Amino acid sequence: MAAYIARRLLWVVFLLFMITLITFVIFTVLPSGDPAVLRAGRQPSPQLIAAIREQLGLDKSKPVQFINYIGNILPFLGHNGFDFGFSYQNQQDVLPAILDRLPTTIFLTLGAVILWLCIGLPIGILSAVRTGTWYDRLAMGIALVFISAPVYFLGLVALYLFANDIGVFPILPGNSAYEQASGFFGKAEALILPWFVLAAAFAAVYARFLRGNLIDTLQEDFIRTARAKGLSERKVIFRHGVRAAITPIVTLLGLDIGILLGGAILTETVFNIPGIGRYAYNAITQSDLPVIQGTVLFGAFFIVMMSLLVDILYAFIDPRVRY
Amino acid sequence: MAEPLLEVENLVVHFETDDGLVKAVDGISYTVERGQTLGIVGESGSGKSVSSLTVLGLTRSRNARISGTVRFDGRDLLNTSEDDMRGIRGDDIAMIFQDPLSSLHPFYKVGTQISEAVLAHRDVSKAQAWDRAVEMLTLVGIPEPRKRADAYPHEFSGGMRQRAMIAMALANDPKLLIADEPTTALDVTVQAQILELIERLQSEFDTAVVVITHDLGVVAEMADEIAVMYAGRIVEKADAMTTFVGPEHPYTWGLLSSIPRLDSPRGEELVPIAGRPPSLISLPGGCSFHPRCPYVREAHKRVEPALEPVNGDRSHQVACLLDSSVRKKLWGELQQGAKPQAARNDVLEEEAGV
Amino acid sequence: MSTGTGASDLLHAEDTAVDEIVAGKAPVAARSPLQLFWRRFRKDKVALVAGCFILFEITVAILAEPIRKLLGAPPPNLQSTKALDEFGLPLGPSADHIMGVDQIGRDVFSRVLNGAQVSLKVAFIGTGLSVVIGVSMGMIAGYYRGWVDTAIARCIDILLAFPVLLLGLGLASACSDKDGCLGGVLQPGLPVVIAIIVIANWPYVARIIRGQVLSLREKEFVEASTSLGASNMRIIFREILPNLVAPIIVYTTLFIPANILLEAALSFLGVGVQPPQASWGKMLADATSIFDSAWWYMFFPGMALLLTVLAFNLVGDGMQDALNPKSGQNR
Repeated sequence: MAAYIARRLLWVVFLLFMITLITFVIFTVLPSGDPAVLRAGRQPSPQLIAAIREQLGLDKSKPVQFINYIGNILPFLGHNGFDFGFSYQNQQDVLPAILDRLPTTIFLTLGAVILWLCIGLPIGILSAVRTGTWYDRLAMGIALVFISAPVYFLGLVALYLFANDIGVFPILPGNSAYEQASGFFGKAEALILPWFVLAAAFAAVYARFLRGNLIDTLQEDFIRTARAKGLSERKVIFRHGVRAAITPIVTLLGLDIGILLGGAILTETVFNIPGIGRYAYNAITQSDLPVIQGTVLFGAFFIVMMSLLVDILYAFIDPRVRY
Repeated sequence: MAEPLLEVENLVVHFETDDGLVKAVDGISYTVERGQTLGIVGESGSGKSVSSLTVLGLTRSRNARISGTVRFDGRDLLNTSEDDMRGIRGDDIAMIFQDPLSSLHPFYKVGTQISEAVLAHRDVSKAQAWDRAVEMLTLVGIPEPRKRADAYPHEFSGGMRQRAMIAMALANDPKLLIADEPTTALDVTVQAQILELIERLQSEFDTAVVVITHDLGVVAEMADEIAVMYAGRIVEKADAMTTFVGPEHPYTWGLLSSIPRLDSPRGEELVPIAGRPPSLISLPGGCSFHPRCPYVREAHKRVEPALEPVNGDRSHQVACLLDSSVRKKLWGELQQGAKPQAARNDVLEEEAGV
Repeated sequence: MSTGTGASDLLHAEDTAVDEIVAGKAPVAARSPLQLFWRRFRKDKVALVAGCFILFEITVAILAEPIRKLLGAPPPNLQSTKALDEFGLPLGPSADHIMGVDQIGRDVFSRVLNGAQVSLKVAFIGTGLSVVIGVSMGMIAGYYRGWVDTAIARCIDILLAFPVLLLGLGLASACSDKDGCLGGVLQPGLPVVIAIIVIANWPYVARIIRGQVLSLREKEFVEASTSLGASNMRIIFREILPNLVAPIIVYTTLFIPANILLEAALSFLGVGVQPPQASWGKMLADATSIFDSAWWYMFFPGMALLLTVLAFNLVGDGMQDALNPKSGQNR
């Protein structure tokens, strides 16, 4: 068990290194334009460009730049802790800005996760147990529609229908409501539409996925044994079937949470939620390269971390993995 | 004579599929007495597993068409509700399967899975159920049973896993144990151990046993009675001695000849049964074995043989259109080492001569 | 995941199904796998309808210009103040503009037609390239093994660790400047989007193909070929590749809708195709400021996206079922 974790950690370190390298390559090596100009934002003055070039050491060779970049990121090598870059447009350090917005993104993500698990998993299980019935076909059909719709379209439709300022049935706070809301419940109310919109596609995916897995699992020999032992059908399906079928879902969940924590860009943009995702979006419209670079790196780190967590968790769920 | 423990009469199990009607079991009858062992022998696709799964009610699905009678301890199992069947499964009738690794849940400890079987049918505490699990593991000969109960199935060796499955099946002291290919997935040396274990436990607890296998060798020692199945029907039914000494169905002869023997002369070829098992959707007309039978005659392609006693002896029944005397002659020749074609020609010559 | 289907679905769910495809299981009658596949696919009415819809859409996309002229709709980039009302706000669907106009008077219907061109073109080219690259890499890695395999497999793992959308955004932003990327080779707009699709997709394809090749090369017919003196190239192309055709088709049909959504998402965020070229994603982005009054500008492109992706998904599902009915995944 300890060896397993150690091996995973080693891989994670390597992975983080490679991700940093790739991010560096994308933002520093790939662009054909002058890196200083690219970072300076809109209509920079020549002095600003020169200052940037000096500050970021852009005149040095690429490998040296890379080493500096790593040095900035790691807390003990750099001068002032984790330094993910500096946004010249907003005149602020990137990482603190990201961390400022993290709680909002976490709030959005967690709400959506709970919602999609509560909706998607039961639907998947019921569909698996009642394969081929009208319920199954209907559920999977609706699921497919939600998977096929872009989340921003769903968001716009949801706002059009339900937003209390512009909607056809004005019952829920519209976009821009989050920033104006105060208090936990105020903010939560403002997030109801975004939660549902974000959860819709995921619930559909999870329902389909669990359905497929459970159908396959219920064909396994140990299910036949469980029935031959005289266990109740509920025990067979849940204790034996779902228990075995749910393990890949845990992996998937970790991955999805990791991705969302890096910023649910599309949802946050449509609903004007000031999370990491919208921060990245604003940076894109303003061509603020350091911020984009920082958010990409941050997002990738989160995913790697969540994957590691999930892998470790997996060893607890599946005893065969420990050895 | 006491009433048989299990009485199967004219059991028919058909499945409706997209490709057609699969006649998995096409009218079989057999009985199992208390404390006795019945061996059901046949190739894959002969319907041997399906018939036993149906006894336990595990083939009830939307596309299954089941008819006939299954009487267990006086109860009509085919008409018993699902809830009541659950009370019988794992308690009065238990079943073990071919591959113990895939038949045990990979995520639960062995002890947990055995106690689960106990708790489903007995009103005891979790600790008592666990104790019973350890007790059963000891009974089946697993060393360090208390430690082993805490382990997972993948940590057991193949033979030990099958012992654990047997322990789980016998935990509630069933009246009937059905063993579906219990040794097929095991090494040869371990096979003997498992069979011996089943035999020992059977005599200790007076359990009736049905052993399903494709290997006549497996039931040679254990079975009191043997039923040979082919294409969903029983083609021969007799006590063990008769099956090995005086069988009267060409399929049984084929099965016996295809067992490699240590005492057969060097260089002697194995005699396999020609052809392949038929599709259960489109069975051949007449006798379903006729495409593969070396002794087939014209009439056999049109007439279906019924399972009938040999010379009025109800304990030996055969479904074959050949005369019993002809069959005895053929078997006599085969026993002396003749090849099927040769035996057939000899008999035909004799008949022509008469 | 926020851009839609496919990826995780594939990684986790399909491998056993693919094994059965490759093993070439065929039921009672001795028909060729292709015939069986077609027979089963034909039974799935929904997938057939979806397939027809896709063909219809491809036709429409190819013939966008003639159709537009035929129906008398204005060109997609023609800005017209005639269609705006006295406040300068766009007018809704009318006889002149069957799907309404956008904020600067451009006809939505024409733009939706053109958007179809972009979406389909990008998805097909992008997916096609990814599959070619992914299959090649997967086959090389799986067949030759050794350090080549390790190198490629590690590459795949690293790329798969990146969030697709963020990676795409990063690349797109880095190349959004007029100079483009890679010394001007990668210009912003379609080329960048296709590059992103290829980079995001090929690792998935490669990993799956690699797995298939690894198990295939152990099979006897490969051994037989080798013992007969067949060269590696010959084995790869004659023995292994034909067995991969089925999973390749299945995965291609599953990737296309995901890539349509990816391109739309990139365009929505402003880093996809460049204006004034029409893209459904971009239209939705433009719609966010006026959708409360001008619902048609959000509705038509959005529905176009939804129906297209849905159709591809249905066909993909149907194909999967047709190729391995036993797994019971989608029925």
